[in-house]
Amino acid sequence: MTTVLSTRWRWRSSNVIPGFGITFGFTLFYLSLVVLIPLACLGWRAASLGGADLASLGSDPRVLSALATSFWTAFAAAAVNVVFGLIVAWVMVRYRFPGRRLLDAAVDLPFALPTAVAGIALTAIYAPNGWIGQFLQPYGLRIAYTPLGIVIALVFIGLPFVVRTVQPVMEELNRDVEEAAATLGASRLQTLFRVVLPSLAPALLTGFALSLGRGVGEYGSVIFIAGNIPYVSEIAPLLIVMRLEEYNYAAATAIGSIMLSLSFLVLLLINLIQAWSRRRFGHVL
Amino acid sequence: MNLHIRGIRKDFDRFAALDGVSLDIASGELIALLGPSGSGKTTLLRLIAGLDFPTDGSVFFGEEDASRKSVQERNIGFVFQHYALFRHMTVAENIGFGLKVRPSRERLSRTEIRARAKKLLELVQLPGLENRYPAQLSGGQRQRVALARALAVEPRILLLDEPFGALDAQVRRDLRRWLRDIHDTTGHTSVFVTHDQEEALELADRLVVMNKGRIEQIGTADEIYDEPVSPFVYSFIGESSQLPVRIVNGEIWLEDRTIGLRTHDQSNSEGAFYFRPHDVDILDGCGGCLAGTVLSSRRVAGTRRVELAIGGPQHRVEIDLPADHPAATRSRIAFRPKHWKVFAERS
Repeated sequence: MTTVLSTRWRWRSSNVIPGFGITFGFTLFYLSLVVLIPLACLGWRAASLGGADLASLGSDPRVLSALATSFWTAFAAAAVNVVFGLIVAWVMVRYRFPGRRLLDAAVDLPFALPTAVAGIALTAIYAPNGWIGQFLQPYGLRIAYTPLGIVIALVFIGLPFVVRTVQPVMEELNRDVEEAAATLGASRLQTLFRVVLPSLAPALLTGFALSLGRGVGEYGSVIFIAGNIPYVSEIAPLLIVMRLEEYNYAAATAIGSIMLSLSFLVLLLINLIQAWSRRRFGHVL
Repeated sequence: MNLHIRGIRKDFDRFAALDGVSLDIASGELIALLGPSGSGKTTLLRLIAGLDFPTDGSVFFGEEDASRKSVQERNIGFVFQHYALFRHMTVAENIGFGLKVRPSRERLSRTEIRARAKKLLELVQLPGLENRYPAQLSGGQRQRVALARALAVEPRILLLDEPFGALDAQVRRDLRRWLRDIHDTTGHTSVFVTHDQEEALELADRLVVMNKGRIEQIGTADEIYDEPVSPFVYSFIGESSQLPVRIVNGEIWLEDRTIGLRTHDQSNSEGAFYFRPHDVDILDGCGGCLAGTVLSSRRVAGTRRVELAIGGPQHRVEIDLPADHPAATRSRIAFRPKHWKVFAERS
């Protein structure tokens, strides 16, 4: 438990954990090299386009539609992952069964697998003549080559983010808190929804954010299963690649910077919620 | 609410954590379960609560057999060693939790729950902290909130598992007195687990001393301290010194010398002789008493604790002298225990 102290932050003060100067300097340098400079280049290119150009490129209906597809599928997939990732983490943390370690390792596969391979495999399975697709076909349910396919691919890609953020927090949940709820007369469901889930909420939110961020930018797995039909199942990253192939760098830059700003806004919002919960409950994650 | 425990047995895998425990607790009593770790005291408490179920035996709440009832149905209050507060809820929400989760027809209104929480906070002497979060409270405050939360559901029995175990000594002493006051005000039948004998002796109406899954002795602080029924209780409660002796025709012998004390036990057997270090008469030389060479002497608060080797280095005992007693400077001290007990070995 941490006590929140509102001391004024000072640039230099003696500290038992020395090395702030050098580590902070390195952090700035490294972040600049890896993240900030490339992004600044993007911003600079976008700025050199001029506001009018940016606005006209950004309001192209095809671009808007691709952006919308990218974001709503990523949201949907992240939401699905929060629910099922929670269940997967729960099973692995709470129960002991043969093959648990194997299952635990399998969760990380989407991290390791080349996304193109994942995309092709998913397409093969969900295509109308695929293993699963053939059973859905008679009901008029099509997954491959529709936005639904994109969601499936993003669910696959994003699952480990939720499981791996929730799992350690769940492991640290004390049993006695649940027992306390039971002694106070709470049923199992009440305990779950009023005690367990609220304490996992910050971790779930982090997992959601990571899954969402990954989903918005995902390219490899999606392009195989999406079908890439303009205005239907075309994602923004694909549009960027297409513009690049046409040597239309201005348009690619514009779409890229719009995606970047939107993602940044969403992640900032999620971070603000986290910070609020940390202030309130005095714990991280 | 009377509490009756009948022949409880609890096996974990093949290990018996509790082995035939029976206990009767009268309404309004404050009972301490005392024992070393692994003695089964916490297991017994959890069985009473319904957080675990016995392998055999039953628990009665009054006339009612509660053995198969779930923890929710038993309506008990349970206080955990590490508070187990809900950290995402305010103090008031924590206290009101048990009232809030009741089925809707028994549920009090929001304002009533809040009023109850406020009243309980006053009872546990934390008025005005309703809107704090547990992370903003000290350990002692958290445990008070945990108790208020347990009391909010008007439990039939209050169970406390090492309630002060995680707190520092000063806070512990304060809370001990405070818990006694709360118990006297509310009159709940209460059972608490502790491994701290001082806490148990000071707080409880009766103590239950447990060892290895069995009850060694049940009694008041006086009974337990003055009349221990087993070597375990004698050495576990308070300070004690022990010597291996032989009983010959009622006379007690240490190796080849009689120590000048007689027991009613006429059986000729080996035994263990126990006495309290502070409960001795210092003698000026003797025939037929205990005498030993001083090995070390330490000042402990108001007394001087002297370690003696009696009849050889293998028999070591401790006795307490008044700090300014002249015997402290001697190299050999003779003494006779005022109260003592010899436990014949069952052969």
